[in-house]
Amino acid sequence: MRLHGVYFAVAAGSFRRYATYRIATAAGVFTNTVFGFVLSYTFLALWSERPHLGGYDQSQALTFVWTGQALLAAASLIGGGFQEELQERIRTGDVAVDLYRPVDLQAWWLAADLGRAAFQLLGRGAVPLAVGALAFDLALPASPLRWAAFLGSVLLGLLTGFGLRYLLALSTFWLLDGSGLNMLGTLLSSFFSGMLLPLTIFPGEFGEVVRVLPWAATLQVPADVLLGEYEGTALLGAYGFQAVWALVLLAAGRALQSLATRKVVVQGG
Amino acid sequence: MAEVPLGGEPRALSAPAVDVPEPAAEGPWARLCWGVRAYGFIAAMWIRSTMVYRGSFLMMVAGSLTLTALDFAAIVIMFSHVGALGGFALPEVALLYGTCTASFGLADLLMGSFDKLGTRVRDGTMDTVLVRPVPALAQVAADRFALRRLGRVLQSAAVLGWALANVDVDWSGGSVLLLVVTLLSGAAIFCSLFVLGGAFQFVAQDAAEVQNSFTYGGVTLLEYPPTIFAKELVRGVTFVVPLAFVNWLPVLRILGEDDPLGLPGWVDFGGPVVAAACCALAGLAWRAGLRAYRSTGS
Repeated sequence: MRLHGVYFAVAAGSFRRYATYRIATAAGVFTNTVFGFVLSYTFLALWSERPHLGGYDQSQALTFVWTGQALLAAASLIGGGFQEELQERIRTGDVAVDLYRPVDLQAWWLAADLGRAAFQLLGRGAVPLAVGALAFDLALPASPLRWAAFLGSVLLGLLTGFGLRYLLALSTFWLLDGSGLNMLGTLLSSFFSGMLLPLTIFPGEFGEVVRVLPWAATLQVPADVLLGEYEGTALLGAYGFQAVWALVLLAAGRALQSLATRKVVVQGG
Repeated sequence: MAEVPLGGEPRALSAPAVDVPEPAAEGPWARLCWGVRAYGFIAAMWIRSTMVYRGSFLMMVAGSLTLTALDFAAIVIMFSHVGALGGFALPEVALLYGTCTASFGLADLLMGSFDKLGTRVRDGTMDTVLVRPVPALAQVAADRFALRRLGRVLQSAAVLGWALANVDVDWSGGSVLLLVVTLLSGAAIFCSLFVLGGAFQFVAQDAAEVQNSFTYGGVTLLEYPPTIFAKELVRGVTFVVPLAFVNWLPVLRILGEDDPLGLPGWVDFGGPVVAAACCALAGLAWRAGLRAYRSTGS
C-alpha cells in the first residue's frame, strides 16, 4: 500500500514539475494551435474534393486534426517526454542510483510519465481543442459517456506510447548514445500514429498493416473513439487492441530491463 | 551583423586560444567578414568533432532524410485520393514543397542552433559567449553546428528536381533566375526568423517553442497552395510575417497562376527586398535582445 503511495507521489511531482514552466506551456499551446489551423485548411481542401474519405465527413476530419494537436504533447507523438532524461542518466551512470532505490525502475518512470502526460493533456491539450471548436465546425460528442470512453482510450494509448519509448530508452544501456534511435522513434511515431494523416486514408494493404501497428493505439484509436467509430462491443475491441499492445510492450520493457541490469556494466566512476 | 555590446572592446580582453587570425580592420564591413569567418571556424570544428563518429553521422543524415521524406509521403498519399488540391496537381505542389523546404533546410543548417539559446540564457553560459572575441551572433549560430541537417536539404533537392522535371512550365532564363533568387531569399527570410526567435528568448527563455510556429509551422503552410487557405491567413503571411515571399508569390508567377490576393505583378519579385528588410529587423532585434541580457550571475 505504501509503495503505491510512492508511485502516486512520483506522478504528482512530475505533474507539478511540468506545471512550473507556464511560459513554455503557453508557447506550446500557441504552436499547437497554429499547426491545427494549417492542417485544418489542408484537410478541408482534401475533404471538399473527396467527401467521406477514410470514412470521415468534413467535420470529423477536422476533429481528428484538433484531437491530434491536443494529444501531441501528452502522448509525446513527435518526441519529448521522459526518455531523453532516462537516457542521460544511463549515459552518465546516474541510473545506478535509480536501481538502488527500493522501487521498480519501470514503474517509477511510468508514474513520472503519466504525471507529465496528465498535466500536458490539461495544459496543452484543452486550449487548442477549444480554439479549434470555436473556429471550425467540429464533430465533438455531447455525451459525457463518449468523453469518458475517449479518456479511457487515451490512457491505454499513453501506456502503449510509454512501452515503446521505454524500449528506446533502455537501448542506451548498449548504445550509450540514443539520439539516432530517438530520431527513428519520432519518425515512426509521427507517421504511423496518424499525426500527419489519419491512418484510415492510407491506401491498400499498406493501410491495413499500419492500422494494426502499436502506434495506431496512440492517436488513431483514441481519436476514433472520440468520433464515435467504436460503440458497444466494438469499443471493447478497440480497448482490447490497445491493451494487448500496451501489455506486450510493457512486458518486453521488463524483460529488457532485467537483461540490462544483469548484463551491462553501468557507466561512471 | 551584431556585436558584443558589453564592456566596449572585448577583443582586447584576451588573445584567442586557437590559431585564429585577428580581424584586420575596423568598420561594419570588416566586422561582418570577421563574423562570417569565425562562423566558418566554429562550424568546421563541430564538423570535425562529428566526423569522429562517422557511422553515427551517416545514420543521422539518413534518418533526417527519411524523416523529411515521410512528410512528402503524406502529400503523395493525399494525391492518391485526389487529382488536385486547391487547383494544383502533384508536380506543382511538389514545386511549392521543394522550394520552401530547400530554403528552410538551408536556414536550419546555418541558423538552426538558435532554439537552444534560451537554455544558455537560463543557465548563464551566455556569459562565455559574450567574453569571447567573436560576434555573439556568429557564435550562437555556429554552436553545435549539425551537418546532419544536410539530410533535409538533400531530400528537398530531390523533390525539387522531380518537380522541375514534371511540372508544365516553359522555362526561360528569367524564370530560372527567379527560382534561384527565390531559394536564396527564402533561406534568408527563415534565417531572420531564427534570429528573431533567438532574440525573443532573451526576454522569454522558456518560449523557444513559439518560433516553431513560424519556422516549422510556416514550412507546413507553404508546402500547400495558398488557394486552400482562408484569405485572412494568406494576408497575414503576406503583410505581417512575410512568409508568402519565401515561395508562394514567385512560384505562382513561374507556374503562371494568379495569387489569391490579386496583388500587382511586381510584388512577385519582391523576395530579395523583403529578405533584406527581415534581416535588418532581425539584426536590430538581436542587438536589443543582447542589451536586455542579464546574467544569472553564477
